Amino acid sequence: MQAPVNHIVGLTSIVRERILPFSGTVLVQLNQKVSPNEVIAESNWAREHILLDVARLLRVTPAVAERLIKIKVDDRVPANTEVAVGKGLFPRSVRTPREGRVVVVGGGQVLIEVGDPKIELHAGLPGTVVEIIPNRGAVIQTAGALVQGIWGNGRIESGLLVNIAESPNGVLVANRLDVSLRGSILLAGMVKDAETLKAASELPVRGLILSSLYPSLIPMAREMRFPIMLTEGFGALPMNSAAYKLLSTNAKREITVNAEVYDRYSGARPEAIIQLPTFTDPPIPHEVDDFAPGLQIRMRRPPAMGMIGSIVAIPRGLTTLPSGLRAPAAEVKLENGETVIVPLVNLEVVG
Amino acid sequence: MPSSLVDGNSLLAVDVGAANTRAVLFDVVEGEYRFMASGTAPSTAEAPLKDVSEGARQAIRNLQALLGRPLLDTQNNLITPSQPNGSGVDALVVTLSAGATIRTVIVGLLKDVSIESARRLTESTYARIVETIGLNDQRRPDQQIDSIIRMRPDLIVITGGTDGGASRSIKKLLEPVGLASFLLPEEKRPAVLFAGNEKIGDEVRDMFGPLTASLHLSPNVRPSLETEDLEPAQRELAHMVVGLRKRQIKGVDLLDQWSDGHILPTAYATGRMVRFLAKVYGSKKGILVVDIGASAALISAGFKDKSTLNVYPQFGLGENLPGLLNYTSLEDILRWSPLDISTGILRDYLYQKSLYPSAIAATKEDLAIAQSVTRQALYLAMQSARRDFPRNIATIKPNLTPLFEPILAGGGALSDALRPGQGLLILLDSLQPVGVTTVILDQNNLLPLLGAAASQNNILPVQVLESGAFLSVGTVVSPVVTAKYGTPILLGKLTYENGVEARVELKYGSLETLPLQSGEVGKLAIQCLRGANVGFGPGRGGTIPVSGGALGVVFDGRGRPLDLPSDPVRRRELIKKWNWTIGGE
Repeated sequence: MQAPVNHIVGLTSIVRERILPFSGTVLVQLNQKVSPNEVIAESNWAREHILLDVARLLRVTPAVAERLIKIKVDDRVPANTEVAVGKGLFPRSVRTPREGRVVVVGGGQVLIEVGDPKIELHAGLPGTVVEIIPNRGAVIQTAGALVQGIWGNGRIESGLLVNIAESPNGVLVANRLDVSLRGSILLAGMVKDAETLKAASELPVRGLILSSLYPSLIPMAREMRFPIMLTEGFGALPMNSAAYKLLSTNAKREITVNAEVYDRYSGARPEAIIQLPTFTDPPIPHEVDDFAPGLQIRMRRPPAMGMIGSIVAIPRGLTTLPSGLRAPAAEVKLENGETVIVPLVNLEVVG
Repeated sequence: MPSSLVDGNSLLAVDVGAANTRAVLFDVVEGEYRFMASGTAPSTAEAPLKDVSEGARQAIRNLQALLGRPLLDTQNNLITPSQPNGSGVDALVVTLSAGATIRTVIVGLLKDVSIESARRLTESTYARIVETIGLNDQRRPDQQIDSIIRMRPDLIVITGGTDGGASRSIKKLLEPVGLASFLLPEEKRPAVLFAGNEKIGDEVRDMFGPLTASLHLSPNVRPSLETEDLEPAQRELAHMVVGLRKRQIKGVDLLDQWSDGHILPTAYATGRMVRFLAKVYGSKKGILVVDIGASAALISAGFKDKSTLNVYPQFGLGENLPGLLNYTSLEDILRWSPLDISTGILRDYLYQKSLYPSAIAATKEDLAIAQSVTRQALYLAMQSARRDFPRNIATIKPNLTPLFEPILAGGGALSDALRPGQGLLILLDSLQPVGVTTVILDQNNLLPLLGAAASQNNILPVQVLESGAFLSVGTVVSPVVTAKYGTPILLGKLTYENGVEARVELKYGSLETLPLQSGEVGKLAIQCLRGANVGFGPGRGGTIPVSGGALGVVFDGRGRPLDLPSDPVRRRELIKKWNWTIGGE
């Protein structure tokens, strides 16, 4: 059976396709070096509009209004621009309430897009542009350490990695955040209260790499202006030892956190990248693997959720689980020495 | 239209679900179609493979390993038609429920009329209504436009106006919808289904034709104010959903090609089967089909004159799980748990499980939580679906579940490796059937596949249904009565074919069983006490033929609606006792 892979790798080539959700302009060139927050492509998509019903406002028919309208499609109009003036001794006039661009004129009405329509696509990682995808984006490659997470709040930032989690099951509390941590990306266990996120925001930090977060804090975490990446998920979960070890041994290095929102369909997921100098490109890790004895795995569900282990054996056919359900399963030796039977669908390969 | 399948030929059916893909072979044995075997593999709609044909191929490979008969050639293509050496199959049908929930805007005139029809139509597939535009909408047109744009819908369903009736109001409503479509980036413009006043069909074509690659017009869902006819629009919507999935998910087009166009959304195929069953086996009672899995909960009911099909992605047990809390509380979910589990642990479960929808319960605590969530999700789905049942159907009490015979249940949560007793108890708790009914588990989730095959080969579904491919759990007797806990409410006497008798005294608040093996029949004499009603009238008894099943005849004396004790310790003890009684644990 094919196994999903969660990348926690000390040195690897990282190749990421970064594309706009729809057509736009690509701003980078082949072989260009990019930084994580660099805009590599942009597009316009207005999400705010004003419809001026000129015919109704001037109390004329749509046909008459058409003749009175002074602006045309694509005109950029400042606020208070005269759109049309009626007839008579004291003619009524219609003016634009806000600055914008005319997108439709017809039927005695004018539709104006207002607000900033720009959509920007950031590189997301430090690296080199190795392919241009016309009108959509680019492929960026780098080499370094990679830790993938399971949840992100959509922000990207780079900074110095500081480890303030003394162990994988550390809890970050507000009073641990002092001024010496300002501008750092923190490796910081789990967060259980809003005060801690507030303190991190006020400091401010440049990012948080957490093991887990209480679900009630998700809306607040989404509002934070710095990236928050969770390696395990929701609740009080310790960080898996592989991620903790790799990140903690890279403390004091420059790290990029692209806390991309996890999308199971596109494969986008949050990740932390520590760019490392290499003479040759290291191998690209597999995206899928086949379950086999000896493979290092991570437990996705209880028992021992999040724990790292290795597959000892994969019995043929279906195995009865402690819950009573029957499923294809593996015998797994956990890092604490315990051996458990786990359904294959609850495992992911670490590598 | 796709060509018909030839009677007597082998048929491979592939169901691409959110979590699993199954390949099922039907073939002729001794002159009749039989379910032969099924192979399962994880679905591959999601990253990293992002190609459903990979999962389908793996499921077919697993199936051919069981059959000892090659179905794929060396290039991994389906061998069709079947070859003299026994390899291959003659035809393929596909059902599909994988894919993200379809974000849908509905447009109609009146809230209780055309908008309600649009809602029912949209709920017949894997869609979520993200915006409603109607005549009573107080927002300005530009606010409506911006709202549609921000929602980025995949689909717009437009209803409104009776045939030949007024058209001005609906045309006025279409203006902001058309403008919003125009303002969306070209590759993000939604598909449009128009199922309103046929008189303005040409104008709808003129307005939306240049704006979308997928404009479909179907007969009006409300040809007159009093009449609602959803079926033609549901059929059109089903084809649109397949088209949407072809654009969204790689590999769907290949399965479409392999199956020569015989590909349907799983929910639609199930609904088709329910309509078929209601026609073939329909009695005064309705036929109920429920299915709950990672992508959605589905309730489809077939009655003499009408059938309903409701798909609720919001009650699915996968990625939408945290959203369940918009419809229920943590406490209401935990009322079903036999274990003492905190609300915090349950909340963490809902969020964490949404990250790994295909994961299954490996521990007893995880299973207790998973089954509690399943009960509440199915309970909510049933309560929602009941709104759409016709008024003139057989009931014991109007506010309770109508009378059904039989109840067929499938889906990952019910059929994956659960003991029949656990499955039955989940159904009794969440659906709360009344009177006398037969409960059947679709352990291999065959029903939608038979629905997909039905239009091409109408013999196959009938023969497979009658072949014992479904697991009869047994006959369930659920009296409607109010009494004190422990009071006798029903006496039952089961007479077996050999004349032996077995008796039961059912007390209020308890479950009882009488053994009756699958394939056996018996006569059940029921005497109702304290005004209990099993469908013969309050306090009236009768004798009825019953058929056996894995659990025989089950008597559910827990009252309707099921009223669980408020004391959590006593409630958990009772749930454990009920679990023990009907063989779950």
